[in-house]
Amino acid sequence: MAYVAVKGGERAIDNAHRWMEEERRGDPSVPDLTPQQIGEQLGRAVDRVMAEGSLYDPPLAALAIKQAQGDLIEAAFLVRAYRTTLPRFAASLPLDTEAMTIRRRISAVFKDMPGGQILGPTYDYTHRLLDFALAADFTPPTPAQMPAEVEAMPRIHDILGHEGLIEPDERSDAEPFDITRSPLQFPAGRDARLQSLARGDEGFLLAMGYSTQRGWGGSHPFVGEIRVGAAVVEIVPPELGFAIDIGDIDLTECQMVNQFAGSKTQPPQFTRGYGLAFGHGERRAMSMALVDRALRAAELGEDATAPAQNQEFVIYHCDNIEATGFVEHLKLPHYVDFQSELETIRRMRADAAREMQQEAAP
Amino acid sequence: MNGYNFAYLDEQTKRMIRRALLKAVAIPGHQIPFGSREMPLPYGWGTGGIQVTAAVLGPDDTLKVIDQGADDTTNAVSIRRFFARTAGVATTTHTAEASVIQTRHRIPEQALREDQIIVYQVPQPEPLSKLEPSRAETRRMHGLAEYGLMHVKLYEDITRYGHVSISYDYPVMVGGRYLMSPSPLPAFDNPKMDMMPALQLFGAGREKRLYAIPPYTRVTSLDFDDHPFRTTRAPHACGLCGARESYLDEVVTDDRGGRLFVCSDTDYCETRRAEGHVGTELAV
Repeated sequence: MAYVAVKGGERAIDNAHRWMEEERRGDPSVPDLTPQQIGEQLGRAVDRVMAEGSLYDPPLAALAIKQAQGDLIEAAFLVRAYRTTLPRFAASLPLDTEAMTIRRRISAVFKDMPGGQILGPTYDYTHRLLDFALAADFTPPTPAQMPAEVEAMPRIHDILGHEGLIEPDERSDAEPFDITRSPLQFPAGRDARLQSLARGDEGFLLAMGYSTQRGWGGSHPFVGEIRVGAAVVEIVPPELGFAIDIGDIDLTECQMVNQFAGSKTQPPQFTRGYGLAFGHGERRAMSMALVDRALRAAELGEDATAPAQNQEFVIYHCDNIEATGFVEHLKLPHYVDFQSELETIRRMRADAAREMQQEAAP
Repeated sequence: MNGYNFAYLDEQTKRMIRRALLKAVAIPGHQIPFGSREMPLPYGWGTGGIQVTAAVLGPDDTLKVIDQGADDTTNAVSIRRFFARTAGVATTTHTAEASVIQTRHRIPEQALREDQIIVYQVPQPEPLSKLEPSRAETRRMHGLAEYGLMHVKLYEDITRYGHVSISYDYPVMVGGRYLMSPSPLPAFDNPKMDMMPALQLFGAGREKRLYAIPPYTRVTSLDFDDHPFRTTRAPHACGLCGARESYLDEVVTDDRGGRLFVCSDTDYCETRRAEGHVGTELAV
């Protein structure tokens, strides 16, 4: 084999990308998928990409899913890389999730409460049987409807809070930490942790949350409440000085009620873990709430011994954009480092062989 | 490029990075946390180096990008094109012509000058990471210059193997104060960092850290008096240009143990060949 110093990098890259584009399109006789179709029919994927891409923009997330051939981590990466270029013109006021327009709201701690249990659109009680009817044209029956009664839906935590049974919301007017602008330092505050978890990898959060249930940092969780619906986003433009509504975003919020803590001076109260996800993401919000609670171990005077309770372990490794980049960078050439390893191991083997020879020939 | 600022990053972000770089230059070898941004290239593929380059690059600069010492490796091509596209700067493959050199895993063979900047892509800025995973803890160790753990690691290597087994990313002391990761350079390149006339900047995007070595700073590889630091290279001459001093890549030529050794620094090799040096394997 005659070695020629290769000078084909640029052309190879261009050709590889063109091949990828052809593969992404698939069989041209099959109609092209539109981002609208993805947005309408693959909504859970869009929600996940918005959460992990940390940008609420369903059409862009749908486009990213198309561009990434349905690889949701790649799609979230596209959204993140776009998001970082956007100017910031305002910060929203804290969302009032109590005033959300609710589609689904359930509690596992009370059979009934003001506002009631609303099952809403859920897969929870479906039997997981493949529905072959979906493979053909399928028009679902119209869902049952009833006239909307606007009834207040106080949050379960406020209901428990009246009796002082659960720790109250931490109120603070301090500027929250911003993980997209400042580098994390440890120990990290709860604001930074919640931000990291909110865009953390769903699979990672799930596994970490699951591990707490299996005894690696357990916290006796109950689902106080999960609510899914639309919340109003408000900003206060400095030139106006009052709040204006700039639109709604779909959210899933999970409030966990966890094992109580108390002391001689502080009567026991339930503690809490919090999860919030863009769109409809109950698995994500619940996992986040479990992990949030686990990460509060030190603050609540518990022994932090399990992986889910270790801030650095969880926060540094929950970001799938960082993780996938670094794992996949192993594909990049490492010739020179490998070469140095080769020379080192050859030298060591030569030393060892020489020593063995010397021992054998006295 | 339409719709994007010069060199991709907005000016506020570049200013933030420059401030962090000034701090890094003022405390040689010390890791400075910075608000690393998502880049349109993946983490681990040079986002730290790209952000540093974007922050220091001006319209009059000439950029060279190498990966494994070569200008034509795919990721080097990709990053060079990124800046050609977003900053419109001149690019070159000639070390001597570049004012800014972004690199992964190598330092060019040709000595760098005072009017040049070399930007290293760093995957793991924490030299103690393999010995102590917690960053809260390593930060404390750097604060106290508590580097005994690393000396113990080198000592254990020597007792087990007869010499230090680290062949790349070999830890260095900068200015006699901070233990620093030279990025995964082969140990062969470590001595080039010492008293280098060029400014050396290091960017770790995923880990969100920057650090620097100002020109003419003492950089020493950790060792012991009775086990001095040694570099290794393949004991061959370059098959193309005949160089005996350069770092070599090993190319597998057949499945019967055939090997060809060639310079990893492609510009160095080509320059030598242009000057008339010929290796034994050069296809004519």
